[in-house]
Amino acid sequence: MSKNIEAKDLNIYYGSFRAVEGVNMSIKKKTVTALIGPSGCGKSTFLRSINRMHEVIAGAHVEGRLELDGQDLYGPGMDPVIVRRQIGMVFQRPNPFPTMSIYDNVIAGMRLNNKKAKKAEFDDTVERSLRGANLWNEVKDRLDKPGSGLSGGQQQRLCIARAIAVQPDVLLMDEPCSALDPISTLAIEDLINELKNEYTIVIVTHNMQQAARVSDFTGFFNIEGTGKPGKLVEMDETKTIFSQPKQKATEDYVSGRFG
Amino acid sequence: MSTGTERNDLETQGPELDIPATPELLPKVQGSLPKGTAWGILAASAVVVGGILAATGFSIGLWVFLTVVLFAVATYVISRVVEGPRKATDRLVTVVVGSAFAIAMIPLVSVIWTVISNGVARFDAAFFTNSMRGVVGEGGGAYHAILGTLIITALAALMSIPIGMLTAVYLVEYGKGRLARAITFFVDVMTGIPSIVAGLFAYALFALIVGPGVRMGFAGAVALTVLMIPIVVRSTEEMLKIVPNELREASYALGVPKWKTILKIVIPTTAGGIATGITLAIARVIGETAPLLIAVGITTGVNLNPFDDRMATLPVFAYYSYVAPGIPREPFLDRAWTAALVLMVIVMLLNIIARIISRAFAPKTR
Ligand SMILES: Nc1ncnc2c1ncn2[C@@H]1O[C@H](COP(=O)(O)OP(=O)(O)OP(=O)(O)O)[C@@H](O)[C@H]1O
Ligand SMILES: [Mg+2]
Repeated sequence: MSKNIEAKDLNIYYGSFRAVEGVNMSIKKKTVTALIGPSGCGKSTFLRSINRMHEVIAGAHVEGRLELDGQDLYGPGMDPVIVRRQIGMVFQRPNPFPTMSIYDNVIAGMRLNNKKAKKAEFDDTVERSLRGANLWNEVKDRLDKPGSGLSGGQQQRLCIARAIAVQPDVLLMDEPCSALDPISTLAIEDLINELKNEYTIVIVTHNMQQAARVSDFTGFFNIEGTGKPGKLVEMDETKTIFSQPKQKATEDYVSGRFG
Repeated sequence: MSTGTERNDLETQGPELDIPATPELLPKVQGSLPKGTAWGILAASAVVVGGILAATGFSIGLWVFLTVVLFAVATYVISRVVEGPRKATDRLVTVVVGSAFAIAMIPLVSVIWTVISNGVARFDAAFFTNSMRGVVGEGGGAYHAILGTLIITALAALMSIPIGMLTAVYLVEYGKGRLARAITFFVDVMTGIPSIVAGLFAYALFALIVGPGVRMGFAGAVALTVLMIPIVVRSTEEMLKIVPNELREASYALGVPKWKTILKIVIPTTAGGIATGITLAIARVIGETAPLLIAVGITTGVNLNPFDDRMATLPVFAYYSYVAPGIPREPFLDRAWTAALVLMVIVMLLNIIARIISRAFAPKTR
């Protein structure tokens, strides 16, 4: 399962502060979309508004429409909890549940959401998700050990396994490799390449090469100055953004001339 | 690593350094006192002060005090001369901190020693199996008081732990604005309530409901609850606050509702700390005397029903044995000390249990 996303004139606020303004963006299913831009331009904010994690922060709210295959996620009667079950998220810093084993971490989403399943079914999910996250071979002999005993890169892949175990339609990743070494980074990039066969993926990254390597489409966010809202400047196929962008700001940013 | 075959592994890698012929050197310490000098100075101070006091009239307190003062001054002066001012200050502060620690230990050790040495005489099987029914002199025990203390404290814990924990969860996870601030304020105020006031409150409450002159275990439990709730709220609140927000977000992102995130992720992550806080709260109220004196009273026999009539409790038992002993006095005083000892042992056991619980719940890494 995989779905398209469309933002229509989306404004995102922290209290009365408008952090992101007027985003119109379409995200195609079974593709990888990268979001790039300078620090503080609202990439994380936009990403978190996609699965309604934004409103967890006190005073934070969103205006405009955000559609998942045509259905407005912010429409009346939409339950953020249900939205988050369809749109998984991987955070910048790996955050496995410290009280749980590797096994329990992977099935945490199913368990906590009361999914009744047989032991064999859980076993299957654990193996499938860990294989999907390229972690199975490293941990298959110590599934009962705590997840926080893994290395940073392994923990991050465990978090990816945890996110895909609930079989979401969309996977959001906020700088998933920024705390990892080049080898773990490569492992996760390979993984993203495989995952896009099944999921719609949106990834925030500061690493231009990474955006160029993994993504099909790239969106460039920019901010005019402190206190001003961030805006989506340009979005296109990745190779276009990196070779012949339409906007001067985009060209300056991707070629390293900014400020 | 290196491609050059002639380069051996021990050879330094990296660029060549050019070190100036007369490098600017970092200042070194002037000198240092040999190890054990401090003990030498201490012994010398003790002897000198002892000698002077022997001439003028000896007293142990004065001797210790003057020895420490002389020791501090001598250490500072000697160290300053030999090692320089920074080291000297370091040594002086070490002496001050060490003395402060020793002073803090004096009452603690003294209390433990007094209670054990006086209480051990009646720390026998009879004390744990007999009540005071029909006992006028020797013998008897605090079986009834031990049970009373356990029952009343358990009731208090049963009432205050859920209320306290839920309040803390509200304050940390849900509470915003006026109401939360008001609750925090009143919890702070409650922390400062004198225990006698809690006892009077419980007595007055039950006097209104049941009638004047009422005495029952449950009233005591209510008084203890009033004292315990703020401690539970405070400690649980602190523990919940240190659970990283990332864990909550990880759970929300899986589509887990908030209440379940709190129940299954936040509280288990910090269960050890919460358990410790609760145990300390129990330890704090189990020795309360005044509220139980007012609301529960005392009796000589076993009463297991907290909703009817007086009950004996260890603190009140100890108090009464001391203020209203029979004749001869000694057996009563012995029993009072042993009651104190038993209370201390119970508190110690609670602390050990708290440690075991927090170890069992602590997030594991290996
Ligand atoms: N919890 C918050 N409360 C108030 N303002 C916030 C909060 N989080 C972010 N902001 C503001 O929103 C704006 C966008 O922040 P955001 O975190 O989305 O930037 P970003 O593009 O992800 O930056 P980075 O690349 O550094 O992660 C910034 O001005 C930031 O100060
Ligand atoms: Mg960010």
